[in-house]
Amino acid sequence: MSSEEIMSEPIIQVNNLSKQYHIGARERINRTFREAFVDALTSPVRNFRQLRNLTKFENAENEVQGTELKDSSALCPSIAVPMPSSPGDTIWALKDVSFEVQPGEVIGIIGRNGAGKSTLLKILSRITEPTSGEVMLHGRVASLLEVGTGFHPELTGRENIYLNGTILGMQKTEIDRKFDEIVAFSEIEKFLDTPVKRYSSGMYVRLAFAVAAHLEPEILLVDEVLAVGDAAFQKKCLGKMGDVAKEGRTVLFVSHNMAAILNLCHKAIVLEGGRVSFSGDIHEAIDHYLFKFRKDNLFLSQPGRKHIQPRTFIQDFEILPNPPRTGHPLDFIFHVHDTSNGNECSLIDLAVSIKTQHGVPLFQLYSQHMGRHFALTKRLEKIFTHIESLPLAPGRYVVNLWMGRGKEVIDFIPDAMVLNVESGALNRVDYVESTGYPVVMSSKWKQQVS
Amino acid sequence: MNLPDSNKSRITIHIKPKKGLQLINLRELKQYKDLLYFLIARDIKVKYKQTVLGGLWAVIQPFFMMVVFTLFFGKLAKIPSDGIPYPIFNYTAMIAWTYFAQAVSQSGNSIVGSGSLITKVYFPRIIIPLTPVVAGLLDFSIAFMVLLCMMLYFHIYPTIMVLMLPVLIVLMMLIASGTGMILAALNAKYRDIRYTIPFLMQFWMFATPIVYPASLVPEKYRMIYALNPMTGVIEGFRSALLGTVTFPTEMVLMSAAISLALFLSGLIYFKQVERHFADVI
Repeated sequence: MSSEEIMSEPIIQVNNLSKQYHIGARERINRTFREAFVDALTSPVRNFRQLRNLTKFENAENEVQGTELKDSSALCPSIAVPMPSSPGDTIWALKDVSFEVQPGEVIGIIGRNGAGKSTLLKILSRITEPTSGEVMLHGRVASLLEVGTGFHPELTGRENIYLNGTILGMQKTEIDRKFDEIVAFSEIEKFLDTPVKRYSSGMYVRLAFAVAAHLEPEILLVDEVLAVGDAAFQKKCLGKMGDVAKEGRTVLFVSHNMAAILNLCHKAIVLEGGRVSFSGDIHEAIDHYLFKFRKDNLFLSQPGRKHIQPRTFIQDFEILPNPPRTGHPLDFIFHVHDTSNGNECSLIDLAVSIKTQHGVPLFQLYSQHMGRHFALTKRLEKIFTHIESLPLAPGRYVVNLWMGRGKEVIDFIPDAMVLNVESGALNRVDYVESTGYPVVMSSKWKQQVS
Repeated sequence: MNLPDSNKSRITIHIKPKKGLQLINLRELKQYKDLLYFLIARDIKVKYKQTVLGGLWAVIQPFFMMVVFTLFFGKLAKIPSDGIPYPIFNYTAMIAWTYFAQAVSQSGNSIVGSGSLITKVYFPRIIIPLTPVVAGLLDFSIAFMVLLCMMLYFHIYPTIMVLMLPVLIVLMMLIASGTGMILAALNAKYRDIRYTIPFLMQFWMFATPIVYPASLVPEKYRMIYALNPMTGVIEGFRSALLGTVTFPTEMVLMSAAISLALFLSGLIYFKQVERHFADVI
């Protein structure tokens, strides 16, 4: 997108990066005592072969390419995990991933569980090496795949700051210089000389993040680490990350939190089954991720989904019209799958919850509030909810879907889709522009005549 | 860009599948010397946390082993001790051996034990098995103080060859780290090593002149015996500190050659396999 605008060398170049993993060996099942006995005697030889092959991949390469061809010709990316090769022993966690990052860019990496996000960060952080392909990183790299890596419970907060800091690649003098800042950020001044095993989990996380937040690399790689700590501290961390981005550092950021990604990143890379399926503008990327997966019913494996009952779940969801407009009528349509013949869920409730793109809850359409419950009688039910006038200013909003019975959750899908609300009229005439307040309502105005 | 301490020369990191011989990157290692320092400090600080006897444990182990050996080998089996009291003869060897055995076993288990670090952050992996080899020196020094007291008690004084002591200690560290690196690297993939280490150390102890003097071994086999690099170290220790025999220069030279070879092969093997650690731990 903007690579032509920025006339500088890319700071990160990734070329045809692939990573193959051995998945755990399957357990042998012995049916008789004799089998088990013979098995125990021969197992050392078998174990040795298996362990020795853990780090060997040569043979598997050709076989996997075969399956790769098949699955791309099918044009159906509906596999949740990359296809195992025919012996069932190896998978490609990443396959031919290429992209470039310009200095100062903040890039989000999005994808469902198992799409290869963490593997990509692990390769870029030099924790594991790629099976093929290469990466050039021009600058100091720090990676933050976990907060508090190497914290020792017996050591004091002070000692852990130094230990953790050096593990993350800082020099002692650098930590000395930032020590007071780190302590202030973590808000644990009083407990600096207490062993961290006596800390509350919140204090622990704050201290750990404080150290990490004071890294000053040119390239920062961050995995889903903001999911810890309380809301206030998370906000502080996001703020700090934003500062890092503003200072012109390059950040690669993996998160399941769409609000955090939207807040911090200008661009994103969408990974799917170990391949790059989209790369570019953040809004398009999120649309691609949410809409594409929704189309393929893949939004159902959205991270964070709480899917309790195997035979009853939300199969699809759509809105009409699409895109929605401010002040116009809007229909939300649930497609509920049920093969339990109504056994598991007698009467269900549905809810659509709307949040801002920063994750602030706005409003909810909840069947129970309207005294409606639905009986599932067919294999696939379509359930509609209608609003006469959409009370949202133009902009982007995130939708959570919920299905349950009373207070009990049957299916919960956070960030199921992005509502791209376009400008419309509340009074059928004047188009509404965004003034920073997301909720707008039709209202009656009059002047008192004295 | 506002980067306080970026070296002006741009660093470029090139990541690709590694092939062929991997050599140790000394410049990078130097960058991470503070990490080595803090890991050693961690090992030392944590070691005797929440124990009653604390640092005394560094003495108790070799001391009570010496008591047991004195009873069985010195008194009952009447094993010769190069003309000095058996307790001090044995204790001198015992403190070196205790250091060595602990360093090797901690080093050998270090990579598996640091799985959470290895899978989360990059740093030169070689630091991990080297840490216990250095950290163990503190225990060694504590136990050494007791040896000095024993020497006063028995009126035994060191010879001029005590000047060789630092060399012997370095050799001991080289052997421990060489063995430790090989075991640690193997252990990452084959967890059998964890169960092998205690055996290995026991066999190795009896193949080393700890409970008996090297002079018990027939002259013609002595250089073969000295292929065990700890032989030269232990005999050297006793000769330098207690003046048991004339300084075994040949044995120590042999030990030096083997230690160096062991250290280098440990280093090379470790560097070859370290790239797989994160995947197999």
